[in-house]
Amino acid sequence: MNETIPGLPGSATHSRMKPRPDAGIIGRPIDRIDGPLKVTGGATYAYENELDGTAYGYILGASVAKGRIAEIDTTEAERAPAVLLVITHRNAPAQPDFGPTVTPTVPEVFTRPRPALNSDRVRYYDEPVALVVAETFEAARAAAGPIRVRYDEEPGLYDLPGHIADAYAPKRTNAGFETDSVVGDFERAFATAPIKIDSTYGTPFEHHNPMEPHATLAAWSGNELTIRTSAQTLANFRAGVASTLRIPLERVRIVSPFIGGGFGSKLIAHADTILAALAAQVLQRPVKIALTRQQMFANAGHRAEMVQQVRLGADTDGRLTGIAHDVWSATSSFEEYCEQTAVFARSLYAAPNRLTRHRLVPLDINRGEWMRSPGEAPGMLAFECAMDELAERAGLDPIELRIRNEPAQDPERGVPFSTRNLVACMEEGARRFGWERRNPTPGRTREGRKLIGHGMAAAIRPNYIGAATARVAIDRDCRVTARLDMTDIGTGTYTILTQIAAESLGLPISSVKVELGDSRFPRTAGSGGSWGAASAGSALYNACNVLKERILEAAQSNEASPLRGANATEASFADGEVRVGQRSASLADLIRGISPDGLEAEGSVAAGATTQSYKTYSQHSYGAHFAEVAVDCDTGEIRMRRMLAVIGAGRILNAKTARSQIIGGMTWGIGAALMEQTVLDPRYGHFVNHDLAEYHVPVNGDVPDMEVAFLEEDDDKANPLGAKGLGELGVCGAGAAVANAVYNAAGVRVREFPITLDKVLPALPVIAI
Amino acid sequence: MQSFTYERATSAEQAAAAVAARPDAKFISGGTNLLDLMKLEIERPAHLVDISRLPLDRIEETAEGGLRVGAQVRNSNLAADPRVRSRYPMLTQALLAGASGQIRNKASTSGNLLQRTRCPYFYDRNMPCNKRQPGSGCAALQGFNRMHAVLGASEACIAVHPSDMAVAMSGLDARIETVSPGGETRTTPIGDFHRLPETMPQVETVLGHGEMVVAVVLPPPPPGRQLYRKVRDRASYAFALVSVAAIVEKGGDRIRSARIAMGGVAAKPWRATEAERTLAGASASDGAFIDAAEAALAGAVGHGANDFKIPLAKRTMRHTLAAAVESA
Repeated sequence: MNETIPGLPGSATHSRMKPRPDAGIIGRPIDRIDGPLKVTGGATYAYENELDGTAYGYILGASVAKGRIAEIDTTEAERAPAVLLVITHRNAPAQPDFGPTVTPTVPEVFTRPRPALNSDRVRYYDEPVALVVAETFEAARAAAGPIRVRYDEEPGLYDLPGHIADAYAPKRTNAGFETDSVVGDFERAFATAPIKIDSTYGTPFEHHNPMEPHATLAAWSGNELTIRTSAQTLANFRAGVASTLRIPLERVRIVSPFIGGGFGSKLIAHADTILAALAAQVLQRPVKIALTRQQMFANAGHRAEMVQQVRLGADTDGRLTGIAHDVWSATSSFEEYCEQTAVFARSLYAAPNRLTRHRLVPLDINRGEWMRSPGEAPGMLAFECAMDELAERAGLDPIELRIRNEPAQDPERGVPFSTRNLVACMEEGARRFGWERRNPTPGRTREGRKLIGHGMAAAIRPNYIGAATARVAIDRDCRVTARLDMTDIGTGTYTILTQIAAESLGLPISSVKVELGDSRFPRTAGSGGSWGAASAGSALYNACNVLKERILEAAQSNEASPLRGANATEASFADGEVRVGQRSASLADLIRGISPDGLEAEGSVAAGATTQSYKTYSQHSYGAHFAEVAVDCDTGEIRMRRMLAVIGAGRILNAKTARSQIIGGMTWGIGAALMEQTVLDPRYGHFVNHDLAEYHVPVNGDVPDMEVAFLEEDDDKANPLGAKGLGELGVCGAGAAVANAVYNAAGVRVREFPITLDKVLPALPVIAI
Repeated sequence: MQSFTYERATSAEQAAAAVAARPDAKFISGGTNLLDLMKLEIERPAHLVDISRLPLDRIEETAEGGLRVGAQVRNSNLAADPRVRSRYPMLTQALLAGASGQIRNKASTSGNLLQRTRCPYFYDRNMPCNKRQPGSGCAALQGFNRMHAVLGASEACIAVHPSDMAVAMSGLDARIETVSPGGETRTTPIGDFHRLPETMPQVETVLGHGEMVVAVVLPPPPPGRQLYRKVRDRASYAFALVSVAAIVEKGGDRIRSARIAMGGVAAKPWRATEAERTLAGASASDGAFIDAAEAALAGAVGHGANDFKIPLAKRTMRHTLAAAVESA
């Protein structure tokens, strides 16, 4: 999130065209435009770029988590074969200081200098202490081996649960939300509530682990720097590099046409980018650097460990009288990051008395970063389990409990919802899933030696809009080119933008070429926070409208126009034709007549914060997740059997890529519930299981039969497309549905995530053979 | 990764001699483990002798009615061999429970036996590890040891052997054929092949430097139903928390004989001889399976995060024995 408060775009460009031409291209489940390139190796990822004279860097990380470099001996490395340069804090080009732990404004966190190798100070384990650049990657890596570093080590703090008492309240959370919210008097309501839940959950450190590691090829041409990298948000990278290198923004170009996953770990420039730029400057040669998989664990962000206390008070009918969600999270000692873990709880259920709070415990680790569904992913994992606990205590079906607490308007902001179909999602989900066949008594359903369980959870995720501009051009042959610095991180952006331009202009998708991932193109908010499609898509939609206005104006006035003089108020672009009133002409003929060199237009959306529509409406996407699990009664192994998500997220731009986003999110839910955890060793301050053999994410065998259904929805308050943020909604609540299914299967409520078999095993009965 | 020289072996004897000639030389076959370790500079051989192309990729019938598996038979091929599938189903099950399809396509039989532990402290050069750097200590003992040994460990090392294949081979009483640099061959029972850590965890097998595995001999399949049960944190591509390989021969209502090996519990495939003795002649009943499991884990010691492995191994063994008997 790069704006303080999310919200709506400015009003759509005034248009005489029907707002939604019925060409039916938007929404269609067409295959990815970039699919063939990717599967044939034609899509070039950052580290695959080659320039003449490229040199290769390898980063050496600190072997302690806190202290000072007392001595660093690089003699042997410098003498090693093919080595060109060794950079340490002693000879690194000057860079600004890192600065305070909190930036003055929210957006500055994305653009602040992030110097590397500029100090003898070690702030976290595996922080870069040296860079070796050589003629080959192998030579650089081999030469890094003999670098000897002596540290004056200092004791550090690595234990969150042991230091809850020392937590502090930050000034704001990520994305600029209020740290606390208080409505009514929760404590009094809770004290007198006839039904109470007071549960504390632990959610562990997690790591994004996109398939493509963080990698950069930096090259200078005079004082112009070009960076080919793997970035979700080009403008952030550009600003971050410019401020760290202290050069004007205009001299930095970021190129990132293909990204092998980001999940929030590629929103800012990391050490690979900064060090490649610095080394390329020193050597006057292109320099390429990638983080290794192991290095990504310390140097490319993580989700912080948290302790979450959820307290729910309800009357005997299951109506909530009080909601409290308290979050204690680890943060870094040198840069604050407060995930907005309890913020969703401000909008989800009705209750007159409410309390949400975020507190931080600084540890001597690197800073946490935005990780897939920041806030909701860990927050709903805990909260929606607490709702399941409440349902059982109140003797209510979990869906009925949620229906009884459905608010009529946003419960803390007091404004109406733009669209909210949570109840419809749950009811449709129940029907499709066969929810009525679930046994509400846990531990009672067996198939052979498997205990079977069913769980559900709600999903909510804010609809963010970031400022974005798009440029669209049409040539005399009706070939359309759309350009914007948006990125496609594997989500299908190329495809949906192509669909939007094609439908807007009434042309086939084969006529449209979308070019992304170059900071020379108009600026967007990039990919993140599930805002990409709605923000970039609306900008492009508006750009197409401006272009159409321009075409129509010329068509009616230009002497060479076949539609000259047409003056009907209704105009449409469809099937390659322009129709004004009763008259029509082919778009190609029209362009050739009125502007043989083609036409171009730009369109924008504003960041939501100031728009009236955001102030007037509470805007979120909603969903309901359902899960069926089997727990082996001998070993405690938990395996998924099926999952279902029913989603209400406004207009669906491409049914296929949208489904892929949701099942990807559901898979994250499986990971969070059952296996993902990075272990921080409190003796050394390092992440112990820092590779993909030991850090488990779900593999194909763990992902069951998954069904996704989208409710028919169109949110005209959200943006001109009627679409709302979608991707991360698949994660929100998905893990809780799995956890609730595990409870229903085995009758054991595990509140320390992930739910691994060792936590279930002690409670499993020994069943006769 | 350190620079190294490379040669392609021309024969088993030549390969053994070539490695023996240099203390810093190693064999390489599929490279699925060694290359990772070299990149991290945990292994730093200066010379590699590639034995992957030697004609040791046959599976042959033996005179005694078993199979002789060449050291270079790929895990995928071994698992798919119709003779293995029909006569040693437990071995196929174990192989297919390990790694991924891609890795099994590269990994060799001898490389699988000789793969090194996945202890994360062994894998991190900044951490104390007696196996990697003798005398530096064991970071796992007081650390994150959820995956570690409960049997046969020492104060010096609590790492486990990660192989599934070797566990099944242990239950099948496989024998390891090796050739020494001098050209002599010898045969070692699999139970004697891997060493327990004691005070020297860096020494993992009885092989001398340059001694090379040429084959694994499987004796004729013992009577009884074979079953391999692997318990892991996800459905595929995870190392065993515990695994049990069991062959149970029934006679009437009684158990005539049983062979049981465990994985994920020790620095070597762990043959549960006490459990086997308990079962021999016992009635094929839940009580006998529970007794056997108790006997197998009688000497087990947890180290905190891996305490759960003891009850888990017992429960897994009980059910695996029952399942083997049920369908025997």
